[in-house]
Amino acid sequence: MLSRTADHLYWMARYIERAENMARVLDVTDNMSLVPNAAASEAALWGPALEIAGAVTAYEDLHDTITANEVIHFLALDPRNPSSIYSALLSARENARAVRAAISSETWENINSLWLEFAQFQDMRLLEGHLHEFCDWVKSRSHLFRGVSFGTMLHDDAFRFLRLGTFIERADNTARLLDVKYHLLLPNDEEIGGAVDYYEWSAVLRSVSAFQAYQKVFSDSIEPWRVAELLVLRQDMPRSLHACLSEITAILDQLPGRRNSECLRVAGELHARLRYGRMEEIFQGGLHEFLEDFVVGNNNLGLEIQRSFLNAQAA
Amino acid sequence: MNMQVKLPFDEMLVDGVARDIYAAYADWLSNTPPEQLESKRQEAELLFRRVGITFNVYGETAGKERLIPFDVVPRLLAAREWKLLSDGAMQRVRALNMFLHDIYHSQDILRAGLVPNSILAHPQYRPEMIGVNVPGGVYAHIAGIDIVRTGEDQFYVLEDNLRTPSGVSYMLEDRRMMMRLFPELFRKYSVAPVEHYPHMLLNNLRAVAQPGIQEPTVVLMTPGAYNSAYFEHAFIAQQMGVELVEGQDLFVRGNAVYMRTTEGPKRVDVIYRRIDDEFIDPLNFNPDSMLGVPGLMTVYRNGGVTLANAVGTGVADDKSTYIHVPAMIRFYLGEEPILNNVPTYQLSKPDELQYVLDHLAELVVKEVQGSGGYGMLVGPAASRKELDEFRLRILSCPSNYIAQPTLALSTCPTLVAQGLAPRHVDLRPFVLSGKSVSMVPGALCRVAMKEGSLVVNSSQGGGTKDTWVLN
Repeated sequence: MLSRTADHLYWMARYIERAENMARVLDVTDNMSLVPNAAASEAALWGPALEIAGAVTAYEDLHDTITANEVIHFLALDPRNPSSIYSALLSARENARAVRAAISSETWENINSLWLEFAQFQDMRLLEGHLHEFCDWVKSRSHLFRGVSFGTMLHDDAFRFLRLGTFIERADNTARLLDVKYHLLLPNDEEIGGAVDYYEWSAVLRSVSAFQAYQKVFSDSIEPWRVAELLVLRQDMPRSLHACLSEITAILDQLPGRRNSECLRVAGELHARLRYGRMEEIFQGGLHEFLEDFVVGNNNLGLEIQRSFLNAQAA
Repeated sequence: MNMQVKLPFDEMLVDGVARDIYAAYADWLSNTPPEQLESKRQEAELLFRRVGITFNVYGETAGKERLIPFDVVPRLLAAREWKLLSDGAMQRVRALNMFLHDIYHSQDILRAGLVPNSILAHPQYRPEMIGVNVPGGVYAHIAGIDIVRTGEDQFYVLEDNLRTPSGVSYMLEDRRMMMRLFPELFRKYSVAPVEHYPHMLLNNLRAVAQPGIQEPTVVLMTPGAYNSAYFEHAFIAQQMGVELVEGQDLFVRGNAVYMRTTEGPKRVDVIYRRIDDEFIDPLNFNPDSMLGVPGLMTVYRNGGVTLANAVGTGVADDKSTYIHVPAMIRFYLGEEPILNNVPTYQLSKPDELQYVLDHLAELVVKEVQGSGGYGMLVGPAASRKELDEFRLRILSCPSNYIAQPTLALSTCPTLVAQGLAPRHVDLRPFVLSGKSVSMVPGALCRVAMKEGSLVVNSSQGGGTKDTWVLN
């Protein structure tokens, strides 16, 4: 297939996944604000959401203070923020439009109608009762996108590049979320426990749809290291780093070989760390360091995919 | 545009009585409340919007495209009428392809004195094509012939489109929409199918690969997602199952064109290009073109790839060449033209210029190279001031213009805000040339949505209708 087509497919899926993850972060942060004493100030509550989005500087360029209203608008609807849900969905749709001949018409119509429906939220004041509805809508549109593409597209290389985009983006988002939250929630040498921690950690779990999975796997109280284990090492947890990398290596294995070796090597290395890693060792070296390394490694893998397949030169 | 046209021929009603071909439909229509038609129209609009059957307007923001108005009342043609139109259109395209071959080779028609030598100085005449042999001698692989009607048996060809004619996707999508909205009508009528057009097109394109290529790779080349006709490019590529490429996806190596794929370079044999001559190769034409492929023209001239349509077809579809098409048909085919030209005044001739200037208010004046309804004057609809301004433009370069009588284009009932009302229509059937010349029984029917307007172009607010050829 055309390299440019593969590129558009890959980014289309990444942007949809990005929008979904942004919606999850917004939703959970908003929920936290309902818990008494959860955070000392709006800034303490909403600052981390900006951090997860990697949008702190962009926000500070436009605003002097951190308020719930402004952060929500900035992350959800602001066209000036390149990682807002608005920007992500617009980019997803523009990428889809560029390859509408290469995706099934159902997939295209799904993204196109997503974009048309988005207009209804554009002028809404989300904080005033519509944020939850909005986030639910984004999540369900993303689920629908994956379902429609999975169920209607030929499972050929086009589909594989699309799926690669989904999992590279998801791995990045889960790692960032966990890193920011763990950092915040686990001040040095402090005892853990109490209602606030419970809410905080259950919120983190809910933000990656892992609350029920946690109960099922551990059927025990919520402990931070178990949350980390679930989101890093569990292969059967769909948004964990291990699950993402398993998908990625399996997809890379199926792609045409000649240009693939460096991608396979980088992915294999990342995958092995998750597959054979033990949580105690990860904690010994520092979870933060581990996650930081992972984000860099995952990013390199993305660049390598880009170099090998998507920006293919004449040779 | 408000202009008074005296009693134009109506496709459905003659003296208030439905013509035979429309009898059953008129009956159905009279029993269908306008609100129901309006709700069908809205349903269609919603579906077109969701499917993204839209066009881009240059300069508007990303993520916003416009719909071409779709009318739910079809235009009907009897088998007998279609035979006349299709025979006539195919005859023209045969002659035009022979003319194009001739004009880039032995130029017999010039020596016979039927076409003036000045055509060789025409800006669309491409000296690069002299002596180049294209597979099968086919230049205009896809042609759109614009036909208007003024009476029961009066059809005229208004224009031949031989460069990158567009609109066929609307023929196909309008049909799909009509079948969805009005399945009961399709059960009642035997409407000739058009859905196999992409299949025919692909076969035609394969047939014009250079000889000896076993499984030719065909691609469709688009200027990109921001081109006004992008939807059509994507649609046709998808329907044919071929790659939709941009200039940046292709490159030249040796005497061949390749596309950049995830598996490495892949050879391309036939390029159905929806991009003008001037932009296909920055080394040969417009050096600023970001859309083209450097070196493409050289490979093309050396037979390393087929372009459809061929380079240099513009010389044959321009309004100053149009007047010679009947002579071409007689010269190359030894036949009488089946379809007539609209009588045309050539303003390069002093006596015809004088006549036109004296009768400006009655005539339609067009720029020789204009298209899309731009740069034309509709005399009866123009103000004093507009007439005076146009007069000056004509006088500054008479040979840039031709003039034609204002034709009373036929009308067809059309759903507008006030209900059903007659609106002027034209017809663009598509003629495919490959191993043979063929058509699907159908066409793009364009309709001027404004009362009295004769301008049907979508760039000027025109809409489309499904065209039914009935057995």
